[in-house]
Amino acid sequence: MMQLAVHDEPLLDVDNLVVEYGLGNRTVHAVSGVSFQVARGETLGLVGESGCGKSTLGRAVLQLRRAKSGRVLFDGEDLTAMEGEALRRMRRRVQLIFQDPIASLNPRRRIGDIVAEPLIIAGVKDATERKRRVHEVLGAVGLDPDIVAGRLPHEFSGGQCQRICIARSLVLNPEFIVCDEPVSALDVSIRAQILNLLEEMKARFGLTLLFIAHDLAVVKAVSDRVAVMYLGRLCEVGPSEQLFAKPAHPYTDLLLQAIPVPDPDVRPVEGVAIGEPPSPIAPPSGCRFRTRCPRADQRCSAEIPELREVAPGQFAACHHPLA
Amino acid sequence: MSPPLLTIENVAVELPTPRGNLRAVDHVDLSLEAGRTLGIVGESGCGKTMLSRAVLQLLPRQAKLTGRVMFDGHDLVRLKPESLRRLRGRDLAVVFQDPMTSLNPVLTIGTQLMETIQEHLELDAPSARKRSIELLAAVGIPAPEQRLAQYPHQCSGGMRQRIAIAIALSCEPKLLIADEPTTALDVTIQAQILDLLAREQRRRHMAMIIITHDLGVVAGRADEVAVMYAGRVVERAPTQALFKRMHMPYTEALLAAIPKLDTAPHTPLPAISGRPPDPTRPLKGCSFAPRCRYAAERCREAKPELKGAEMPGHLYACFHPIQMAEGIGA
Repeated sequence: MMQLAVHDEPLLDVDNLVVEYGLGNRTVHAVSGVSFQVARGETLGLVGESGCGKSTLGRAVLQLRRAKSGRVLFDGEDLTAMEGEALRRMRRRVQLIFQDPIASLNPRRRIGDIVAEPLIIAGVKDATERKRRVHEVLGAVGLDPDIVAGRLPHEFSGGQCQRICIARSLVLNPEFIVCDEPVSALDVSIRAQILNLLEEMKARFGLTLLFIAHDLAVVKAVSDRVAVMYLGRLCEVGPSEQLFAKPAHPYTDLLLQAIPVPDPDVRPVEGVAIGEPPSPIAPPSGCRFRTRCPRADQRCSAEIPELREVAPGQFAACHHPLA
Repeated sequence: MSPPLLTIENVAVELPTPRGNLRAVDHVDLSLEAGRTLGIVGESGCGKTMLSRAVLQLLPRQAKLTGRVMFDGHDLVRLKPESLRRLRGRDLAVVFQDPMTSLNPVLTIGTQLMETIQEHLELDAPSARKRSIELLAAVGIPAPEQRLAQYPHQCSGGMRQRIAIAIALSCEPKLLIADEPTTALDVTIQAQILDLLAREQRRRHMAMIIITHDLGVVAGRADEVAVMYAGRVVERAPTQALFKRMHMPYTEALLAAIPKLDTAPHTPLPAISGRPPDPTRPLKGCSFAPRCRYAAERCREAKPELKGAEMPGHLYACFHPIQMAEGIGA
């Protein structure tokens, strides 16, 4: 097993997770042997382009998609081995926030009922207690409970709907939340509000987050450590600042260079990005990034690179890491 | 200086809605010279797409357009549908955000490319086919001959956008409007598409309007930037000048709210509080006033006009423009 240094006992320990989808008689290799840990109170950012398997990974962690092999230990217990009632009880401690806040709210139900639903499922029978909790979390996310509880989702903007989704995810007082692209559907001015809110909520409720996004700057803004994913595998994991300042994996470097910088003095370098990701149905042998990598050689097609420590706390899966 | 290729004069667009008239574009003036790139930046609902539709004369039927759009000597608002049709696709081309919906899913890529070319350039089928292959090669599509027989669903999102660009470029347009051309694409593909647009623009000396919500996209690629908010252009300047010194508090706030790669993790972002006003309930004063930290009584009472700063070509609509000392630039 790889040592992806986390000092304390990790809250989440994902070990060699493999998730595959059947597609006719072919197989989509969505997640191919991913291991990482998240310490209690930490935010781990997970970045990658569409189709790299980051959402599948997030869902597999929560057992919304069952893994083909590998283990997910949450607070020492193996979620992949749990079923039925045991899993349901465990799910109170883990929550999920989705990308599209409007689509993830039932348009025909009132906000108060939507936010109270997890409490009902969890068996909180006392209606006054439920109401108290709903008011508490709606207030926490910056909405006036007395005004919003009786309204319907269509009366709210995307940013407000995301606040409601965050309130719903907090109502059971969870320890761990998977945020799957929580701000990518929002406008720039609203995005900053929601990112700040997530940070506040994390501090206030003592949360641990797995923050999935395709935008590196967004991920950096909230993450203690960042994991970069490409075509079902992790390329690089490391402390945010370090990883962005000195990327070791050529893919991380490519992602960083491809981001348009809002500064006209930084001229975009033409021709940094080459090609497109190959199909996860037939991923390349060896290193999966080799078909787009300027450093690739024979070894990269023959041998799968393992995550190796390139600097304290920084791991890269590359035969030819950047110095 | 050559006369502008495109002039937008006092253009306003109103859309009837059940809740009253929605003023999508509120008296906008812009101009663009041949070979230049204009970036139009704003958040969703600010009217940037409606403005481009007004130029293309592709507004929804119920929309009411006032003002004048002069393109290459033609008054597009008054042009007959037949003349307009000849102009669009040939001199005036567009690339939309979602290449899957702008390409016809049941026609091959070759059919769609050749249709445009034959319609506008009066070429016979073999020449149109030859030109199609050249165009696909020019936009970086490997094995262009094989691609002609394929359907859009057989291509990736990035490939589809390349094809949409090839169709737009097919008749050597004088003006290309790219409406969020890379928003649906991944960042590495976005970089490739923006490179492609820049390269083809230089090669063809065509004018280009890039519409985007991302200040990063225009920073390195536009000559001039117009920032829109609630249907109006609130600041307009040559790109360098704008980023060096923003006058309009909205522009400054928009830039500040973007997470930056060089900021340390867990730094709170300077978010803009609140949200844009309801476009069916226009405000009496400055539309940004309710969210602006500099707003005073006057801002809520009267609408600031777009006026010139000391730098030539730099316009802003604000009673309390940001001073040099407070600016984020330099």
